[in-house]
Amino acid sequence: MENGIRDFPSRVGEQASKRLGTFSYLPPLDAAAVERQTEYLVRRGLTAMIEHVEPERATARYWYMWKLPLFGETDPGAIRAEVDACIRANPGHHVRLIGFEPKRQTQLVAFVVERGGTTP
Amino acid sequence: MATYDAGVKDYAQTYWEPDYEPKDTDLLACFKITPQEGVPREEAAAAVAAESSTGTWTTVWTDLLTDLDYYKGRAYRVEDVPGDPSCFYAFVAYPLDLFEEGSVVNVLTSLVGNVFGFKAIRALRLEDVRFPLHYVLTCGGPPNGIIVERDKMDKYGRPLLGCTIKPKLGLSGKNYGRAVYECLRGGLDFTKDDENVNSQPFMRWRDRFENVAEAVKLAEAETGERKGHYLNVTAPTVEDMYERAEFAKELGMPIIMHDFLTAGFTANTSLANWCRRNGMLLHIHRAMHAVIDRNPYHGIHFRVLVKCLRLSGGDHMHSGTVVGKLEGDREATLGWIDLMRERFVPEQRSRGIFFDQDFGHMPGLFPVASGGIHVWHIPSLVAIFGDDAVFQFGGGTLGHPWGNAAGATANRVALEACVEARNDGRDVENEGTEILTRAAKSSPELAAALETWRNIRFEYDSVDKLDEVAK
Repeated sequence: MENGIRDFPSRVGEQASKRLGTFSYLPPLDAAAVERQTEYLVRRGLTAMIEHVEPERATARYWYMWKLPLFGETDPGAIRAEVDACIRANPGHHVRLIGFEPKRQTQLVAFVVERGGTTP
Repeated sequence: MATYDAGVKDYAQTYWEPDYEPKDTDLLACFKITPQEGVPREEAAAAVAAESSTGTWTTVWTDLLTDLDYYKGRAYRVEDVPGDPSCFYAFVAYPLDLFEEGSVVNVLTSLVGNVFGFKAIRALRLEDVRFPLHYVLTCGGPPNGIIVERDKMDKYGRPLLGCTIKPKLGLSGKNYGRAVYECLRGGLDFTKDDENVNSQPFMRWRDRFENVAEAVKLAEAETGERKGHYLNVTAPTVEDMYERAEFAKELGMPIIMHDFLTAGFTANTSLANWCRRNGMLLHIHRAMHAVIDRNPYHGIHFRVLVKCLRLSGGDHMHSGTVVGKLEGDREATLGWIDLMRERFVPEQRSRGIFFDQDFGHMPGLFPVASGGIHVWHIPSLVAIFGDDAVFQFGGGTLGHPWGNAAGATANRVALEACVEARNDGRDVENEGTEILTRAAKSSPELAAALETWRNIRFEYDSVDKLDEVAK
């Protein structure tokens, strides 16, 4: 007898159940949504940084840093191009875009642009 | 040469100095005084300054053995309370030497001690205190602070989400851990012991800690995200408090919690120091605060309790929600969440801030919005609090028709949708319904939550309004 209550499908052993911080409970951001978030990062005067990692190591505090932070870069298109370059160079990796605030030494923006293993 | 002249003098003769220029090192206080009939303002203000510093009711010869002019507190200004002739503001300056370093206990013992029972005044409220930076830096402050907590918990770019486990009392350790596990696997960052969960017969503390630790670790393994549960170490003695804190650390848990008013500032400061030495986060609950801060004429304003707690030490502190079931005016709340988070808070009467307050390098702490909030409140909470806050949904998680995990997911989806929309430049508070409704299209958990709590509001007026607003 169905009662309308849904089971919660998350499972310990499955990659699909792993979450990756902010926006990982939303459907994957499309290109336009990523662009809007990148514009926000630039508008806030943050420094863009790109990180990537093998999915099985995603819980580590340190992911691989892609090149160096993009100090002074204020063109969302150029930031997106670096994200794409990182994705191409690291197939199967998670790739995260960060907006870093040096005065407070913290990340005010951080979200995964590419979830490894989901793009064919 | 001063000579000894026994007898009773008007307080104003010694303690009212309208020409006094407060020093940077002075501790300043603003009291709201409701005097007895016929007592002039200056005399009432001077009485408060005297009774909260060096004075007593009569002259004593030992006054002449010290430099009272140096050590005394002085009332230096009185002001109308907007729209209320029954009371007035009195500003008092205290020299720094009157207070032991690093002791909000000592400050409070003077400022809100005997003077509050003084017969010449009908009611007295400590509205605000300016701690000079010199004093601030003698205090330990938050053991970690917002920035360090974000790094420890690996949470960036959004407010954090929590949930107080319910029913508040009566669950066994095993069942309690189940409730924690379900919330955390569903997407919350934290769960919380209710304040009155200490170590009762139905669930002793050690049993709770062990079950909760397993729940936290399982949820971390399942989601790949860092999780925590505020293990309440509030206890009948400080020895018990330390024992519980040590065990939480031994279990590898990241955060503990404490009730700072019922347990007292001495215990709180000690625990904050322990947390700093041991790399543990400290969540602060505020049971008893409304007894002290809710009456607009008598007691201590909550903003003063906030400053005292920031100095004593804590990484989270309950702030009220503005929109939920508990008391809290919006502008006043914005004022005290600034006092929790910012390095420097300027005088701003429209938010009830009477003095500039410099916290120097002391870290800020997370305000915690908790109490009768649910998924429909998230757009307003994001607009009011911004990212550096913890939103706690107790009933608003556990009351989901499909259970805690679905309730947690619903709140997480709603929160992320609101943060995304805000970053996109949208007016989250006014477009909240559209943002949540759209997000619910890809989240059945959110859709069910929106349906469950549609039209549940707590629209009562605040009892303790800002004087600026009450007029």
